Amino acid sequence: MSKPIAALILLLSPMLAFGAGGGGVHLEKAKIDLDDKESLQRGAQYYVDRCMGCHSLKYHRYNRMAQDLGIDEADLRADFIHDNGQPGDLMEIAMRPEDGEKWFGTATPDLTLVTRWRSPDWVYTYLKSFYVDPNRPYGVNNLVFPDVGMPHVLGGLQGVQKAVYEEKGHGDEAHQVIEGVELVEPGTLSPQEYDQMARDLTAFLTYIGDPVMQERRDLGVKVLLFLGVLFVFAYALKKEYWKDVH
Amino acid sequence: MSTETTGFLGWIDKRFPLTKVWNEHLAQYYAPKNLNFWSFFGSLAILVLVIQILSGVWLAMSYKPSADGAFASVEYIMRDVEWGWLIRYIHSTGASAFFLVIYLHMFRALLWGSYRKPRELLWMIGVVIYLAMMATAFFGYLLPWGQMSYWGAQVIVNLFAAVPNVGPDLAVWVRGDYVISDVTLNRFYALHFLLPFILAALVFVHIVALHRVGSNNPDGIEIKEKKDANGIPLDGIPFHPYYTVKDLTGVVVFLAFFSIILFFAPGFGGLFLEPPNFQPANPLQTPAHIAPVWYFTPYYAMLRAVPPIAGSQFPGVVVMFSAILVFFFLPWLDRSPVKSIRYKGIVSKVALGIFVVSFVVLAWLGMLSSTPLRTLAAQVFTVLYFAFFLLMPIYSKLDKTKPVPERVTL
Repeated sequence: MSKPIAALILLLSPMLAFGAGGGGVHLEKAKIDLDDKESLQRGAQYYVDRCMGCHSLKYHRYNRMAQDLGIDEADLRADFIHDNGQPGDLMEIAMRPEDGEKWFGTATPDLTLVTRWRSPDWVYTYLKSFYVDPNRPYGVNNLVFPDVGMPHVLGGLQGVQKAVYEEKGHGDEAHQVIEGVELVEPGTLSPQEYDQMARDLTAFLTYIGDPVMQERRDLGVKVLLFLGVLFVFAYALKKEYWKDVH
Repeated sequence: MSTETTGFLGWIDKRFPLTKVWNEHLAQYYAPKNLNFWSFFGSLAILVLVIQILSGVWLAMSYKPSADGAFASVEYIMRDVEWGWLIRYIHSTGASAFFLVIYLHMFRALLWGSYRKPRELLWMIGVVIYLAMMATAFFGYLLPWGQMSYWGAQVIVNLFAAVPNVGPDLAVWVRGDYVISDVTLNRFYALHFLLPFILAALVFVHIVALHRVGSNNPDGIEIKEKKDANGIPLDGIPFHPYYTVKDLTGVVVFLAFFSIILFFAPGFGGLFLEPPNFQPANPLQTPAHIAPVWYFTPYYAMLRAVPPIAGSQFPGVVVMFSAILVFFFLPWLDRSPVKSIRYKGIVSKVALGIFVVSFVVLAWLGMLSSTPLRTLAAQVFTVLYFAFFLLMPIYSKLDKTKPVPERVTL
């Protein structure tokens, strides 16, 4: 028996060599809490106030959001629906794709599913990774999304960040690599307050990406409990029938 | 066995052989009494097929097969349709579960030598089922109309373009257009709806063949060779109730694993639902890295491993399809005097181990972007994959075998 196992280990050993590498920017953990309804509500408010001018959530409906986040209809109409929309409408925007192409060089993407094809940590890190770059049209660049067309719309709140460079390589191969960002000019929010805002927005977008997450987990627990009970009976039945098989 | 039925059942039996069918295929179908863990996957495969057909029909009630509406209609199902999210996650999890179950079912056949005489046709019908399943999954994967749906289909249909002479025309004929488009989506939807019923018919034929030759068992010996005075195999027990109750237990355990994925990790870390597929298809923007879903990646790795000859990808396409078609020849490649791995020698055991490792490593390599080192690894494991089959006539004959018992062992 030991020979085949030794052979398997030998065969699998090259895998260690390819597993290494990867690279890319380190993503910060978003540490969101989807049970925290207040965080989700704040995130929704920030989103409709500061993001939704350009970024629709066109697969989701206002009243569904209100229901899931515990927002009553009066508040929904007063604080969240900024156009003449109705609670049953999809969260669409008036801005056209060609406007985005003219103003930012690209159509502004819908963000309903952004946390599903990026990740919550990506969104959180993205919101925190704008830095000054005079070569860009709006004067900012982003660590996790190089040459992004978007201006730093939350810059007044966060403040101004500069890239921190690090020397990599030696001799001819020496070059500067961005190591991170540092705050050089404070905004109207403290760094802790801004982190919380980024976290609230990330939590909200994570909810929007998979709005049934809580519901399916709750149902999953019930289904598994039922299957557990069913297993006891199914197994007892099998034992009973099979006791005469020798 | 031919006791006359009376009453309502008798009325039916005179017009339709209900009792006869029930007895021949369940109550008096004698299966070996030593079937173990590996024999669960046949009945589980039928269960998953039923799950897929039912959830698929319900998805079809709200899905719109058009380039403009497909992506949004999936999100409509996920958000606005009552229990739509559950049906959709059942269907997407079911696709991966189907392949997992079938791979384990096929591995069982390799372990027990279930492809050997007299089960050659049974095995070959199974390979046809596997091919039909792959076609169904391929057509279905286009339907969400995400980036990976679109570009995955683009890559696979372009394989047809590699066929010498007729290739480009063939690819246009398959797509119905010069690129994957609304026309392609419509026909893939039609085929994705049709194929499962062909699959169900093939499964029926598979079971007819199985019940003709009888079930194999972990010892790989024929229970029909030792019968009692009534012609009942000494080591056989009626499928119903013995295996119906046993399989029921297996079904509950399977459903528990299925539910854990379905309710707690439906994307399964990007393996069952690939993250790029949450972006709508964009014909003008090729994703940085295109990879099929995990169950196709072994073959995708082989495709990429074969270098183009004279600028043509055709050799890679041939290797890829050969990797599947070689399964058809398995009954005649195995020359061992015994069927089951239990009584085969060390060489056959190591060969099977190498085959499984090759399949898993190729699956893993197929998910990653290629680098020179990974391509080299894919080439090595592709050779090992084929060596398992092509060298089998030699090593299975030379290998030392253990004596096979007269009766099954529990």
